Amino acid sequence: MGIDESFRGLRLLDQLAFGETAVHRLDPRAKVLVTLIYVVTVISFGKYDLSALIPFFIFPAVMISVGKLPAGFVTRKILLLSPFVLMVGIFNPIFDRETLVRIGPIGISGGWISCTSIVVRTMLTLGAALILVGVTGLPAICSALEKMGMPRVLAVQILFLYRYLFVLAEESGRVSKAREMRSFGRRGLGMQTFSSLVGHLLLRTWQRAERVHMAMLARGFNGEFHTRKEFDFGLRDLLFLFGWTALFISLRFWNLSQFLGDLLTGIFS
Amino acid sequence: MHMADALLSPAVGGTMWAVSAGMIAYSSAKIRTGLDEKKVPLMGVLGAFLFAAQMINFTIPATGSSGHLGGGLLLAILLGPHAAFLTIASVLIVQAMFFADGGLLALGCNIFNMGFVTAYLVYPLVYRKILGRDPNQGRMALAIMVSAIVGLQLGPFGVVLETHFSGISELPFKTFLLLMQPIHLPIGIVEGLVTLAVVSFVYKARPEILQAALDAHPIGLHPVRNVLLSFLAAAIVTGGIVSWYASENPDGLEWAIARVTGKDDLQEPGKGVYSMMAAIQQSTAFLPDYSFRKTASGERPEIIKQNPASGKVGTSISGILGALITLVIVFVTGFVLRRRPAT
Amino acid sequence: MSHHIIDVKNLKHTYADGTAALRDVSFRITHGESVAIIGANGAGKSTLLMHLNGYLAPTSGEIRIGDFPLTKSTLPEIRRTVGMVFQDPDDQLFMPTVHDDVAFGPFNLGLPGEEVEQRVNEALEQVGAAHLADKPPYHLSGGEKKRVAIATVLSMTPDILVMDEPTSGLDPYARRRLISLLRDFRHTKIFTSHDLDMVMDLCERSIVLHEGKVRADGPTMEIFRDEILLAECRLEKPLSMQGCPVCGRGRCRS
Repeated sequence: MGIDESFRGLRLLDQLAFGETAVHRLDPRAKVLVTLIYVVTVISFGKYDLSALIPFFIFPAVMISVGKLPAGFVTRKILLLSPFVLMVGIFNPIFDRETLVRIGPIGISGGWISCTSIVVRTMLTLGAALILVGVTGLPAICSALEKMGMPRVLAVQILFLYRYLFVLAEESGRVSKAREMRSFGRRGLGMQTFSSLVGHLLLRTWQRAERVHMAMLARGFNGEFHTRKEFDFGLRDLLFLFGWTALFISLRFWNLSQFLGDLLTGIFS
Repeated sequence: MHMADALLSPAVGGTMWAVSAGMIAYSSAKIRTGLDEKKVPLMGVLGAFLFAAQMINFTIPATGSSGHLGGGLLLAILLGPHAAFLTIASVLIVQAMFFADGGLLALGCNIFNMGFVTAYLVYPLVYRKILGRDPNQGRMALAIMVSAIVGLQLGPFGVVLETHFSGISELPFKTFLLLMQPIHLPIGIVEGLVTLAVVSFVYKARPEILQAALDAHPIGLHPVRNVLLSFLAAAIVTGGIVSWYASENPDGLEWAIARVTGKDDLQEPGKGVYSMMAAIQQSTAFLPDYSFRKTASGERPEIIKQNPASGKVGTSISGILGALITLVIVFVTGFVLRRRPAT
Repeated sequence: MSHHIIDVKNLKHTYADGTAALRDVSFRITHGESVAIIGANGAGKSTLLMHLNGYLAPTSGEIRIGDFPLTKSTLPEIRRTVGMVFQDPDDQLFMPTVHDDVAFGPFNLGLPGEEVEQRVNEALEQVGAAHLADKPPYHLSGGEKKRVAIATVLSMTPDILVMDEPTSGLDPYARRRLISLLRDFRHTKIFTSHDLDMVMDLCERSIVLHEGKVRADGPTMEIFRDEILLAECRLEKPLSMQGCPVCGRGRCRS
């Protein structure tokens, strides 16, 4: 992925958090908790569970719709599956050849099912993380986590990182564009150029940190950070939290796909 | 190399979360007490720098493929262990949320594999030890190379262990190990070379930066021993819980529910929602799975792996059909909600 | 109102690497003055500014702000008195939202929440940026960033405003807007700038630094008329004082 491309994705995701929908207005703690419960529930299925995972697509579908997130963008992001996961997943069909399911003459091995299950899990869990950011925004997630016990130092650290991510991504975009323009073919993309380029970037970053520190001191910084964000956990947030949790747990123990399938095959047989 | 949610079991993911959360608390406390406030913006901006630097690729000599800086070791060299650990953690958190690297549950593993290993194992025990009390350029070069290689062997080793204990992947432990470790040897060498080059560049331009990093953290035995002890404790707890889990119950959520309700057998046989659901699950399971079935003695539910051969053709077809219908319902729900006027 | 006075005597500063950035700088700026510090790159302008709020300590010499000599113990008071606006607003705006950034200073002064809110609103109102309060800094345009950066300082109700290159990187419209905003401030003002037209607009007095020393200190118009002085210090007349390239007629005001 090129710099510009990944940076655009970052910016878009950041913008989404400024939406004005019912989900955006919820207490970030409720959204963080629901997302975590969702991820743990999805992960908790056995490796051969596939059909039972499918109803869990309801969560991203509802959140994307109500939160007015661009479905195409989220889908594309999720479908860029990590090559590492694919690499590991693809071994399942090789090592697990025992036929588990038979549809007419075709036998499907356990390996293929668990491999597909891994792919579905990837989509569900990564989708949940992206959606959480899209309807909440990193600063709000950060203060939610802080209220839930994350050390202040880390919260401040994440906020600083996030703030300067935009500045530095632009800066590194400029230097690498300048490099590419003058490196014909592949020459000039080697490690020597790279290290001096990154070294320069590092030194400039260091100087920037010094200037930021200066600006903080100039306004009386004494080690404390204050932010205005106060949330109150209201009835809506409670309903959101318990509603989804109840659904996740029910879907965990009751295979909706199987039920619907049985219903349908029952009707036709 | 990011560990991913999809390969994790809740037991392993949860344990690694707990371990990493503990390490974050530890390093935060260290930073609050012993750090000049100048590091606050420095850590933040360097975290952002790492992102920016990772976006720039270079050509790996002799192969023609391209790589990018990992940067954990570089941060440890510039910032010292505690600040570096928190900075790496923050980078991983933002990566998990914005770039779909790994996922939220896998964060615990990733913070451990990359942050803890680099900042609290490799940096004090390899880098500083080789550097010694009287650092010179040659020693520094050696220290960086060895540290990068060791770090990029330990990190993937963590991934292998976590994947293995989770049991989602079918890859045999040894095969996985033999795949991962050799692949990461050249990656470690390249990381070492790049880190060395960048550090040398900084050393030439602004030697005081590196000097300050060296002076600020006189490596007394004390902090290292503490860290090692907590690591050992964490390892024992992790190992204990994970192996117990793996042998007793591969399914963490059910275990957790049993714990919450405080009973081993959740309901009397034959009545209550639970047994009803268990019955539904048993009679309808699309795929042979772990399911609860009362043992004859009735003392506790035993987890029995159903015989794969018992999967009936009819059931599997209905399972696939059901999944398709569910997907359609999900899609339509999303579509309908989207069409609704703004709330 | 002696708060507003800046007195610099025989200031010298040598960096750790041996560079003598300031060799001998003395001047006195009194209440309500608007002063430009001009000079070529490397003349020592930035080093001088960094002394005015105590980020750098003099190698020798003395600085007095208001009634206080600049020492470690008077530093908090001096940093409240001297509001420093940095050249790159990205360095100054580090909090998640504009509001939090403007509130950063007042909070550090230990003010209660309501008072902080009031000051934030006033400061943002003053620079015409009230509508930006909830935005993150990276969503702002260059001109907006600059105005918000000024608000972060105004919220601390400083007596003296120090600004490093206020108009750099702004488009003509944003520059014009900023200049008229700055003209309305009643504070004692100190600018460094290469934008000599802005200097002519805003500052009745200029101090010319050259190789770490004060080369000239006087009314801006006089300095800009002294072509020999300007050439020596690697400066040029403001464009508005140069002859029209088409008709050759000057447009000099005096």
